[in-house]
Amino acid sequence: MVSASSDHGIRVYKKYEDFSALLHKNNDTTYVVNFWATWCKPCVEELPYFDQLAEKHKGEKVKVLLVSMDFADQVKGRLKPFIKKKKVQSEVVVFDAPKPNEWIPKIDEKWSGAIPATYIYRGKEHSFYERSFDYETLESVVQPFLKK
Amino acid sequence: MKTIFKLLPLLALPILLFSFQQGGVEAGDTAPAFNLKNIDGEMIALDSYNDKEGVIVIFTCNHCPYAKMYEDRIIAIDKKYASQNWPVIAINPNDPVSYPEDSYKNMKKRAKKKGFTFPYLFDETQEIASAYGALKTPHVYLLKKTDAGFEVVYTGAIDDSPKDASTVEVKYLENAIEAVKAGNTVSPAKTRAIGCGIKWKS
Repeated sequence: MVSASSDHGIRVYKKYEDFSALLHKNNDTTYVVNFWATWCKPCVEELPYFDQLAEKHKGEKVKVLLVSMDFADQVKGRLKPFIKKKKVQSEVVVFDAPKPNEWIPKIDEKWSGAIPATYIYRGKEHSFYERSFDYETLESVVQPFLKK
Repeated sequence: MKTIFKLLPLLALPILLFSFQQGGVEAGDTAPAFNLKNIDGEMIALDSYNDKEGVIVIFTCNHCPYAKMYEDRIIAIDKKYASQNWPVIAINPNDPVSYPEDSYKNMKKRAKKKGFTFPYLFDETQEIASAYGALKTPHVYLLKKTDAGFEVVYTGAIDDSPKDASTVEVKYLENAIEAVKAGNTVSPAKTRAIGCGIKWKS
């Protein structure tokens, strides 16, 4: 089954049904999923903190996933050069699906759709934040998942 | 006394929820008043629309790709509904320090270039966006005029297809206006869409 196409090494999801699997992995890893875009200034400002988080918890069961809401036709021209220039270390995927009003509440009922937004989960436990983070605050909201 | 202590947590809950939402409003709430500077230098107050049936308040800006994708659709909505006593008022809530493209000067330029047919107000202190609980651009608040003032009847997205006007299936905002005009309940009264988070001044 082909769930995502690959554009220059970056997986591109155009359907929520395919993307959804990334938010529901049932194992003992804590997934920190950040929704961002190259055109979103507060998102770009907090990106390094997610890499920093991944670096700090290297060797632990923590995985950072950066979900870009950049447009699928700008992966080569805009997203790839951005990742290279900013030296983004964590895995980046693109999620560009139609009908946002249908899939936004499926990700989290509290989400209005503004980015940056961050979804943290481990197994069935999850928390959601529609806000920007500094490093200390990000670390503090991830910590409870690691202690379980 | 016992009863009071039992009630206290119940009383505290709405206060907590309220503070969490930063004082935002949703369908059924009274619309916060505003008096903001338009791109022509004149102040425009919500009160001055008291003779209208309703007002379409849209928090938007110059820099956000999603806001740009909706500019032509907002102009079309104003052209269609202003004459029916439902005009558009656009408000830019962004801090030009964070987004130089959203400065007052650039608002004038953008409005001229696109041929905005409606006021484009600058919420310099971000107090109005905060009072409405706007989280992003674009973010719509549809207000119905009642005897008691303006009441929020719909919040959220303009339609269900931000990136492509040609594949719109549901026009949430227009449907809400038509529902109010027909005396029907607005449904859905709240929708979501991806947008650029408003960056608050620290």
